[in-house]
Amino acid sequence: MFVFRLDTHSGVPPYLQLVQQVRQAVLLGFLQPGDRLPLIREVVEHLAINPNTVAKAYRQMEQENLVTGRPGQGTFVNEQQSAAMPASTYTSLGRGLATWLRRAYAAGLDEQAVNALFASVHQQTRNEGVA
Amino acid sequence: MTETEFALRTEGVGKRYRKGWALRDCTLTLPAGGVIALVGPNGAGKTTLLRLVVGLLAPSTGTVEVLGHDVTASTPHTLSRVGFLAQDHPLYKRFTVAEMLRFGRACNLRFDQGLAERRLAKLGIPLDRRTGSLSGGQQAQVALALALAKRPDLLVLDEPVASLDPLARHEFLQVLMGAVAEGGVTVLFSSHLVHELERVCDHLIVLNHGRVTLTGDIDTLLAEHRLLVGPRTATDLDRAGAVVEAVHSDRHTTLLVRDGALPTAPGWQAHPVALEDLVLAYLRRPSEPSATVPSGAAA
Repeated sequence: MFVFRLDTHSGVPPYLQLVQQVRQAVLLGFLQPGDRLPLIREVVEHLAINPNTVAKAYRQMEQENLVTGRPGQGTFVNEQQSAAMPASTYTSLGRGLATWLRRAYAAGLDEQAVNALFASVHQQTRNEGVA
Repeated sequence: MTETEFALRTEGVGKRYRKGWALRDCTLTLPAGGVIALVGPNGAGKTTLLRLVVGLLAPSTGTVEVLGHDVTASTPHTLSRVGFLAQDHPLYKRFTVAEMLRFGRACNLRFDQGLAERRLAKLGIPLDRRTGSLSGGQQAQVALALALAKRPDLLVLDEPVASLDPLARHEFLQVLMGAVAEGGVTVLFSSHLVHELERVCDHLIVLNHGRVTLTGDIDTLLAEHRLLVGPRTATDLDRAGAVVEAVHSDRHTTLLVRDGALPTAPGWQAHPVALEDLVLAYLRRPSEPSATVPSGAAA
């Protein structure tokens, strides 16, 4: 069964963290079509989290067509039309990033500097409307 | 769901003690079914507000409406729908847990003893023990089980986890959140442990110097606020929206803004703000007219 985590220091709203974890797990293949997500009640008791937050996350995932709730049965991961990245794209992008990271570390950047640079460039490209 | 959309509504509520005002101009609307945190430093008026809500105090000004009824004119029937857990989970220390439950049943119009017994059995708390001999965490659980046995529509808790160790706190919140998941109860609790609020609350009230300085749906508040970090500046701040707090270092400036547009100037970055930082920023502000958003405006 899928297990949710919660990072209370990330600044990302908890409901969004839950959505992102499922989105990421689907993308990486940890969650596959037909897999059942834990019941809201189970997530609440595991994380000691507000049920409204979990319900909101599940609603959002349904709206994004990530999952489907079936009354009395649970919430199930959908067949993904476009979201799932082809394995080849995933591999090639990953390789490109690894090459870039090796260059960055070789140039003397540490992890924090890499993250700061990524955040800054990401913000810039977003402002230019690329991403 | 209760017959009213709002669990609690206050209008211009103030409370004056001999020494002065403990609470002023408190106007709030809290949605039913939510989990609402009331935060603020000691002496901010949290306990006063909670006592006004459950009818233990009468307001000097304004009105308090709980579950659609004016609290000052409340009947036993209305009160039976409100649960209150005072600070430090008071229990009769020489009573056994079973005697405590019998006491609860005798004092309440509505009391589901079976429910309380099931909850306590699940937690492994023996009914034949004196409450005074239980651990702090277990005492808190007994007090919570008593409050939940009323099957209240509104449960008010004053600093419920302040005295508990981290594990007991987690277990307490698990039970409390589990009760909310079962439906039908709105929870209002005060706390000064700001960093744990985000996981358990959907609504926030920040109280400082006896006034409400921030209130609203937490996701909405977090979406409205952001931290802007950029080169040091002292001018042109209003373009970034309402500045809640500005912190300057030698070379750069950090602004906490509300309803701010994304920065377009070079070198500026926008970051989401963590709930704890948001609350602290509002607590650091000098007292001034309240900044509120309509409740229930959440997406």
